[in-house]
Amino acid sequence: MNINDFPMLKEDLIYLDNGATTLKPQCVIDKITEYYTKYSANAHRGDYDISFKVDQEYEVSREIVRKFINARFKEEVVFTSGTTESLNMIATGFFGKFIEPNDEILITQSEHASNVLPWFRLVTEKGAIVKYIPLDNNHYVTLENVKKSITPNTKVISLASITNVIGDERPIKEICKLAHENNIFVVMDGAQSVPHRKTDVQDLDVDFLAFSGHKMCGPTGIGILYGKKELLEEMEPQNLGGGMNESFDSPTEVYLKDLPTRLEAGTPNIAGAIGLGKAISYLESIGMDRIEDYEKRLRKYAINKLICLPHLDILNIESDSGIISFNVNDVFSQDVAYYLNKYKICVRAGNHCAKILNQETGVQNSLRVSLYFYNTESDIDNLVELLSNKEKIMEEML
Amino acid sequence: MESREIIMKHYISSPYKKSLGKTNESYQKITTKSDSCIDHLDIFIKLEKDRIVDASFSGEACAIATSSCSILLENCINKKISEIKKIIENFENMINEKTYNEEELHEAVVFKDIVKQGNRKACAYLPYKGLKKIVDKEL
Repeated sequence: MNINDFPMLKEDLIYLDNGATTLKPQCVIDKITEYYTKYSANAHRGDYDISFKVDQEYEVSREIVRKFINARFKEEVVFTSGTTESLNMIATGFFGKFIEPNDEILITQSEHASNVLPWFRLVTEKGAIVKYIPLDNNHYVTLENVKKSITPNTKVISLASITNVIGDERPIKEICKLAHENNIFVVMDGAQSVPHRKTDVQDLDVDFLAFSGHKMCGPTGIGILYGKKELLEEMEPQNLGGGMNESFDSPTEVYLKDLPTRLEAGTPNIAGAIGLGKAISYLESIGMDRIEDYEKRLRKYAINKLICLPHLDILNIESDSGIISFNVNDVFSQDVAYYLNKYKICVRAGNHCAKILNQETGVQNSLRVSLYFYNTESDIDNLVELLSNKEKIMEEML
Repeated sequence: MESREIIMKHYISSPYKKSLGKTNESYQKITTKSDSCIDHLDIFIKLEKDRIVDASFSGEACAIATSSCSILLENCINKKISEIKKIIENFENMINEKTYNEEELHEAVVFKDIVKQGNRKACAYLPYKGLKKIVDKEL
């Protein structure tokens, strides 16, 4: 769908690494260029017209994000540099304040590093305990296993709504209900889900949500932290400085601004925020439901072809997303990626930042194909054709 | 033998690819990892005075990094640290398109054209990056 909107796709390129980052449509590029060429002033300084225009555009973007995830208030939408920063702010800035020794944090072994390491810090610095919810045979999280993992000490459950290697979708809404009945907070890492399907934070009832702009046709270096207002009010700003303070006279007399500005110290990534707003409007013009349906159909098309190749070991034949992880038997994943690169096919090889997933799957590294709405059946045909001959891969991988 | 055959020989059946684990104390272990990809090599070196008398490696890495490591170790066994320093420098000169001695590279010359594939230069160089740590420590 919409291939012509993407300058990169005018080149002879098959881009199948959308889990890492996505291509940018012309309208997003134009929107960023417009800021840099027509009103490139700082924010929060409405003394002159172009600065006033910056504030307007910046806040319009925030409102676009609010509506997109159906947050109740604009104050619940904080611009960050991306999912990683958002998750660090949640772990350190919120939970760091309250967590006590032996409090338990529930995650899984298939989380991305950004949803593991910030919690590990609470283990080393606060004496908290990180526990892993067991996954089922398909590496899925079941409500039953969440239930079994909860103890009186559980304080927070932090999960990717869709994981970045297996691509399974977690029952976040049901988990939130269960967690809240037990006074447990839920953090949702939406990096791999928000770009690909409708997200409604009120319906899910998540306490915090983190996602990135660049994985949804937006610029790099911009992302979102969503938090319920009453919780964000309690969050300790990780960065102090310009823009976020009301006034200060001495170390003990520092007064901070209200949400969300309090959590956005320094000159924000203005171009990024404005670009993200445009990217979201663009996705909405296509329709999130259509994007989800299209990707699911395309994945099915791909899987039906890939399972016919006997020398392929697919980690996730079943999956709810556009992610397919696999290995070519006896060939190192990176060598396969180099081989595909010779034919201008971009796929990722590696552990995909899910460095403890191997304890679960027994597979250290894999190739990952991750789809987006601008991929086509012809992209898949080209991929399958190149993977169909193992001798050719071995012959040409150097 | 063609370059491709030499690389595949060292990749598929390197005589130096075996893990010595942590138990063998007469060997020094150096881990070398790529910043940009998943190549990960553990190199095990046995030194007697200033000479490498035995070496092996293990890990998960692509064909280029694996074969490059195997060839490097082959070239280094029974060499003095000072000679290994020269081997490393000569290889660096080759991949950085400076003047180098082709003869002294032995089979490592197969990576001569690797500089043309920017992303694979780091793979070929990975074992050298690791061994350099030992050389710098011992010299």
